[in-house]
Amino acid sequence: MRKNELGRRGEELAREFLVQSGYSILAVNYRSRHREIDIIAEEGGDLVFVEVKTRTGNDFGTGLEAITASKRAHIIRAAAEYIHEQQAAMRTCRFDAVEVNLDEDGGLIDIDLVQGAFTA
Amino acid sequence: MLAKITSCVVVGVEGFPVQVEVDVGGGIPRFDIVGLPDAAVKESRERVCAALRNSGGFVPNRHVTVNLAPADLRKEGVSFDLPIALGIMACIGHTTPDALANYMIVGELSLDGVVSPIRGALSMALAAVKAGCTGVILPAGNSAEAGVVERLRVIPVTSLYEALEFLNGSKHIPEAPHTQWGPLREGVEFADDFADVKGQEYAKRALEVAAAGGHNILMVGPPGSGKTMLSRRLPSIMPPLELDEAIEITRIHSSAGLLPPGVPLIAARPFRAPHHTTSYAGLIGGGKVPRPGEVSLAHQGVLFLDELPEFGREVLEVLRQPLEDGQVTISRAVMSLTYPSRFMLVAAMNPCPCGYLGDTAKSCICTPLQVQKYRARISGPLLDRIDLHIQVPRLRQEEMGLIQSGEPSSQIRSRVLAARKLQARRFEGRSVSCNAAMGSKELKDFCAVDEDTRELLFKAITQFGLSARAYSRTLKLARTIADLAGEEDILRPHVAEAVQYRVLDRTAW
Repeated sequence: MRKNELGRRGEELAREFLVQSGYSILAVNYRSRHREIDIIAEEGGDLVFVEVKTRTGNDFGTGLEAITASKRAHIIRAAAEYIHEQQAAMRTCRFDAVEVNLDEDGGLIDIDLVQGAFTA
Repeated sequence: MLAKITSCVVVGVEGFPVQVEVDVGGGIPRFDIVGLPDAAVKESRERVCAALRNSGGFVPNRHVTVNLAPADLRKEGVSFDLPIALGIMACIGHTTPDALANYMIVGELSLDGVVSPIRGALSMALAAVKAGCTGVILPAGNSAEAGVVERLRVIPVTSLYEALEFLNGSKHIPEAPHTQWGPLREGVEFADDFADVKGQEYAKRALEVAAAGGHNILMVGPPGSGKTMLSRRLPSIMPPLELDEAIEITRIHSSAGLLPPGVPLIAARPFRAPHHTTSYAGLIGGGKVPRPGEVSLAHQGVLFLDELPEFGREVLEVLRQPLEDGQVTISRAVMSLTYPSRFMLVAAMNPCPCGYLGDTAKSCICTPLQVQKYRARISGPLLDRIDLHIQVPRLRQEEMGLIQSGEPSSQIRSRVLAARKLQARRFEGRSVSCNAAMGSKELKDFCAVDEDTRELLFKAITQFGLSARAYSRTLKLARTIADLAGEEDILRPHVAEAVQYRVLDRTAW
């Protein structure tokens, strides 16, 4: 499975999982000048920015470990722009992370959701 | 939502009220602390988050801003943990901002929400009264110390959760009892007593004079003659502390983090004996934000410098200002602080590098040059500030065999006290507190001598080659000796004794 294909499949699975968990999806692959936010959703009154990480093995560290400080900074900047666009400055927000583990053929092993994975 | 809490920061020995303002607003979640916090205050963020989680609370997914006002005062230390955590709790509705009003709140949090003791609680409690707070909420370990302050409710808390329950009125915490000074003062016991010292009557008398007049003293003698033993017993003959003195001492020790846990007030005069490898910063205080040094920790007590010439020359020279002024100002780039340092200097040294010059039993192996060099390590200006110099010779065999013990400290102390009372009456309304601190004006007013005595004094001056400064020192000593004798006037025998305590003026130094 190719790399971007793998990512797309991971995001699809994550989206399904979030919907099942009671999230309502507002936007997918939101793009701003700086970076893309994989999923923007609403849950428990919070505006939630979700980063999805898909892996087929932990040889290069787990998916959550791959969300480095600079990636977080990018996501936070993009989120700020989204909030500005939507004039949602008074909303409460949250950053969640979803780790999707797949096998070599793209079969789902497990999905892990971390709420409030990081703050600014 | 906004919450305001009064807290406190200790700068030097003084507590300054600080407003901890906590705002929880919308937007991207983050946690900021502003208002000139140092590293320990910034780290407070992590402790507060964990403590909140582990106390059944949570950090809201919001933009939390903490402001420490006044913003231009540098905040250091860990005592803001508890007010910040309670401020957040108030913002998310766990308690009302009104409940927080009248209290000053200080305390460090550990990750499990337990409140741990802090430094400088006494200074903070004093600042709370000044700031108009009716009570102070602080770690249980500090309650005895804060209980010294009158007209203040002291609420000891052991955990964040308990503090919250108290503020909500769901738990009653009894106020810490007011610390009584009387029993504390009576309860002072000295491990060492002058009764344990055999012989050395001359040195004991000199120490009595030193204690009676607040004079500095230097003891010169061979190793093992008992210089250290004698010095250690000096606090046992000094007058007991007054409450305001004890508070001053406790504030210094508490802000340095040296107050033993559970001790409300330091009731005994401090005895500090720094090692001779001490740096000058260790002696007078120092650091980026200056901390008190040995001279301040010995405030109102005894600073004992054993092996005086072994101290670095630079180290000894920095003693001059605190000896002269009774306080020391330490200036660093960050800030300049003044600590009190009114102490009695007690120094001990050997007469020469090998230690046996002038000894009766062992002969000295030093060359005159070595002796000269050794003694030159102590500068004239420093020596000038030491009123008494005495020789402490080796104990003779017949003295060692003495069965009867010496005079107990309590007896000596009652004489010292009587002499101090005379001085207190004499110096009423002046800035001087004891004979040693007399200036030229006091010297003129209180140290008049008759013709006969003056003649003796002049004879001593010419014969021993005393300087003008040595002259006034001798006169001050004579004043103290007269006070010990209960005499209004300084008489011949008083001057004669005083001259004896100027050994180093007499021998070629």
